[in-house]
Amino acid sequence: MSTQTAKILMKGNEVMCEAAVRAGCKFFAGYPITPQNEVPEYLSWRLPQAGGVFVQAESEIAAINMIFGAAATGFRCMTSSSSPGISLKQEGISYIAAAELPCVIANVQRGGPGLGNIRAAQSDYFQAVKGGGHGDYHLIVLAPSTLTELYALTMNAFDYADHYRNPVMILMDGILGQMVEPIVTEEYRPLFEPTEKDYILDGCKGRKPRIIKTLHLQPAEALVEVNRRLVAKYKRISSELKLCEDFQTDDARLIVSAYGITAQVSKGAVLQARSKGLKVGLIRPITLWPFPEAPFVKAAKTAEKFLVVEMSNGQMIEDVRLAEQCLRPVEFFGVGGGWYPTTDEVLDAIEKSYPA
Amino acid sequence: MTQFKRPDALYDAPTHYCPGCGHGIAQRLVGEVIDELGLRERTVATAPVGCAVLMYDYFNCDVIECPHGRSPAVATGIKRMRPDRVVFTYQGDGDLAAIGTAETIHTANRGENLTVIFVNNAIYGMTGGQMAPTTILGQTTTTTPGGRGRNREGGPIRVCELLSSLDGVCYLERVSVSSPKDVGQARKAIRKAFTNQLEEKGFSLVEVLSMCPTDWKLSPAQSVEFVETQMKKVFPLGVYKDR
Ligand SMILES: Cc1ncc(C[n+]2csc(CCOP(=O)(O)OP(=O)(O)O)c2C)c(N)n1
Repeated sequence: MSTQTAKILMKGNEVMCEAAVRAGCKFFAGYPITPQNEVPEYLSWRLPQAGGVFVQAESEIAAINMIFGAAATGFRCMTSSSSPGISLKQEGISYIAAAELPCVIANVQRGGPGLGNIRAAQSDYFQAVKGGGHGDYHLIVLAPSTLTELYALTMNAFDYADHYRNPVMILMDGILGQMVEPIVTEEYRPLFEPTEKDYILDGCKGRKPRIIKTLHLQPAEALVEVNRRLVAKYKRISSELKLCEDFQTDDARLIVSAYGITAQVSKGAVLQARSKGLKVGLIRPITLWPFPEAPFVKAAKTAEKFLVVEMSNGQMIEDVRLAEQCLRPVEFFGVGGGWYPTTDEVLDAIEKSYPA
Repeated sequence: MTQFKRPDALYDAPTHYCPGCGHGIAQRLVGEVIDELGLRERTVATAPVGCAVLMYDYFNCDVIECPHGRSPAVATGIKRMRPDRVVFTYQGDGDLAAIGTAETIHTANRGENLTVIFVNNAIYGMTGGQMAPTTILGQTTTTTPGGRGRNREGGPIRVCELLSSLDGVCYLERVSVSSPKDVGQARKAIRKAFTNQLEEKGFSLVEVLSMCPTDWKLSPAQSVEFVETQMKKVFPLGVYKDR
């Protein structure tokens, strides 16, 4: 494949890979798991072609630690997996977040808990958004809802990671990973001016040795200081990076909220409800962390109710409640385990929730 | 000629290692070899979780501190992106042969062009003397109060022997730091493990039998004796692979 712009049919998993390579990703390590196997398969040939390195790791634990090492050399790097494998990566993710190294981690979510199944799900929201690993840290979490958006957000993910020196998670699901859409392979355009990477480990020629570490024993306040620094960074990210799509909310009496593929389905249902004369809107968070509260606060002033749709037992709904500060009732439609909503089902849920 | 000058690759800093501990000797040897080969400014070291976690306070080169057992994976990421740099891991037995067994075996099997310094002190030093994968049969530790082997703990894992069947491995040698003669041989082995990397020969590992007086609850002199009379029997010194 050339690096030029073209319109081609691609699977979601491959769209993400192609965007990563074009954004300058030079290292990938991963372990096979359905429904994200196209990611290591595609990158196993595409990355070397673009001058990068692909490693099939012995486990997700090894993969995330290879990313830890690669990130320390300053090259753009990425790993991907699906839910059970992401659980295994959590230790490494905590270390990378603590060391403030940039990397991109994709979770093509599947049904859980346990081995679950290989159908799509959105049951790892808490894990992605609230921590997942040990210690106080945050990932920047991006939730694309179409393949075009997946392409763009994957490129942006590398920019955010470098800009904030923070791991970024692309939280997608088995449907997005497996679906095929025509996609325009736009050229990569960096979001930020490149900054000097003053943490890179490449031998200390002409400078003092650098240390990347996450143990802070002495003095006793050292780790508190690290945490304060992280808090400040997370505050900065929160103030600068909240992405959200606000769709027909101005006059809406009912606000549907969903992310990812569920939002795409819900949007169809919102349009159908509109054609039936119901005043319904959609708030679709694109960054799940930081969570875009403002549109919910605004909507809560005029709308009478919220309806959250998720392919989970109800996880993002907690952030919606926090965002709208319990001003309006928030109802839920969804269940985990590989259940997918259809447009008709969401429309039905909208009609049931619609304020009298 | 023997030099008693501090190697440039080590800082002029007192270490936190207990009296009679072998880590200081092993690190000194690594430092000397890095100096001899002129590698300090192109070296990236990985620190383990274990007694050597603070080695970045002693080594005058770039260091990344890894999660427990994951050094070989971290080192793989670094070396693959910077094949022109010298990357070595420094790991204890719990780190390398218990929690990090999978990383050890697969990094070796891929033939990653790395140098591994494996300090086998037959115990978990940092956490206060629990059983290690290399604790010898009958050895008492805080989690084998009746001696290893009494409670289905299995026997000690011999890492060099275990890895010797893997095609990707270039060089395996077991040495000791329990006597001046052994220290001399250890130095040679460590040097070879680094030159192998410079010659892009692949995975080289030096297993260093080492004393842990504090957690063995022995004096430094008795600890040397323990390595000589007990450990060397279970872990015979020598070259296990050289390709
Ligand atoms: C995931 C994880 N599990 C357990 C520990 C606790 N821990 C720290 S050091 C150590 C054992 C180290 O022993 P070894 O690798 O033999 O090195 P030594 O201290 O003897 O040099 C353990 C279990 C940890 N830090 N991380």
